[in-house]
Amino acid sequence: MAKIVPLPQAVSELVHDGDTVALEGFTHLIPFAAGHEIIRQHRRDLTLVRMTPDLVYDQMIGAGCASKLVFSWGGNPGVGSLHRMRDALANAWPVPLEIEEHSHAGMANRYVAGASGVPFAVLRGYSGTDLPNHTDTISTVQCPFTGERLAAVAALNPDVAIVHAQRADRDGNVQLWGITGVQKEAVLASRRSLATVEEIVDELTPVPGAVVLPGWVLDAVATAPGGAAPSYAHGYYERDNAAYRAWDAISRDREAFLRWRRTIEEEAA
Amino acid sequence: MTGTAEPVAGTQQAPTWTADEMMSIAAARALRDGQVCFVGIGLPSTAANLARRLHAPRLVLVYESGTLDTKPAELPLSIGDGILADSALAVVGVPEIFNYWLQPGRIDVGFLSGAQVDRLGNINTTVIGEYDEPSVRLPGSGGAPEIAASCREVIVVMRHRMRAFVEQVDFVTSVGHGSGRGDRELLGLRGAGPVRVITDLGVLEPDPDTAELVLTALHQGVTVERVRAETGWPLQVAADLVFTAPPSTTELETLRGMRTVGEKETS
Repeated sequence: MAKIVPLPQAVSELVHDGDTVALEGFTHLIPFAAGHEIIRQHRRDLTLVRMTPDLVYDQMIGAGCASKLVFSWGGNPGVGSLHRMRDALANAWPVPLEIEEHSHAGMANRYVAGASGVPFAVLRGYSGTDLPNHTDTISTVQCPFTGERLAAVAALNPDVAIVHAQRADRDGNVQLWGITGVQKEAVLASRRSLATVEEIVDELTPVPGAVVLPGWVLDAVATAPGGAAPSYAHGYYERDNAAYRAWDAISRDREAFLRWRRTIEEEAA
Repeated sequence: MTGTAEPVAGTQQAPTWTADEMMSIAAARALRDGQVCFVGIGLPSTAANLARRLHAPRLVLVYESGTLDTKPAELPLSIGDGILADSALAVVGVPEIFNYWLQPGRIDVGFLSGAQVDRLGNINTTVIGEYDEPSVRLPGSGGAPEIAASCREVIVVMRHRMRAFVEQVDFVTSVGHGSGRGDRELLGLRGAGPVRVITDLGVLEPDPDTAELVLTALHQGVTVERVRAETGWPLQVAADLVFTAPPSTTELETLRGMRTVGEKETS
């Protein structure tokens, strides 16, 4: 059953140096507050897993939290490149970064396999591309019924999944709606999980189409109002597109990034 | 890139347009009403939203964020902008959009862009140079490999530059026609692959026999020599080369009237 705890305590208890950590959220509900708390707690040597490592992972990579990145699309959506990620890959700044690269369909299916408790997933993908030559977790499998060759991807089972959602009740049941991405799969695939939420309510009002993560699949729930900003929380606040554009200049320059990082360090969660 | 094209004979006040505007309009024209289109962000998103405002009001837009049949009033900055969810017929999870909607071949047109495209329509969005020591690290594949594999057909839209139109891509992120005609079938790819590459200079289409991209249309004011100078292989020109109709006033005004979400905040 999920404990309702302050965010610093949740991160301190659930995220350890060397862990494989997935912060998911597909453009929507990206757990920025939790990512910044990981930076503040100086976690090191993390394997960061995320389909779309955008700003939050650029920030964590720049802060030296990660030694490996597992991903399918690394950019600043609609704006350009992730300059902290590029700097880490090209110049090992601040530390070297290893990558494991997939397509979106491959990553989504890896989470599905992880959540389903099976060792791999099958998809029509990767055929003819150069990705399998560089990624050990892509292989092929022969269909036992038709003999057809298909792509196989290894299940993803992170040590910790962190997601952000709109709200939870006092028992730690979490409700999440809008663009739901792979958050449900990431939580169900992981050994431990944390949901940060905009608010905790006495009773969850049903929302059509909402994903509900029962308190008994989560380890901790922490309130973090505005915790997805500058991404957005459907029904609470909109995406701050200007902040995504502004990140481009900050991330291009190590000094500007270090100044940004000091503001994060000084902020209490 | 911002050079204006030749004035059009016969119009009272000759409209001018940028090469990018011509490209977006040419790409929008390639989409037919009622088609189901899987849209990538950037140029494809602009063109698809333009088509829906012009001749294809029933064009179904699908984005990889899980938004089915979305009708945004403004252009999204990202594939997961809230405006796409708010105006969608339905929103589904990411595993579902790839496994149920894309993979079985339910999508008519995949609309893609890239950093490099080669003479056989293969697309690179991963690295320029060697994978382990790249000169440029690009965002990676995202949804593109499976969009290129599974849509009934693919339209590529990108700016025509020497560094982008290469003999052979440095990294095959998304398969076009592989190593030539028939290769897609051997690889088990079900869709037809790229049927057209629309650029700011003209249009290229695969040769029916070899699948090599051939220049089939020139935009107004562009010469074959200029396209050849920006193409990294000996570009063949179709015998029936045509000129793209210039943008109409309606097309230009509609394109210029489209705003990106949040644009006002920074401009």
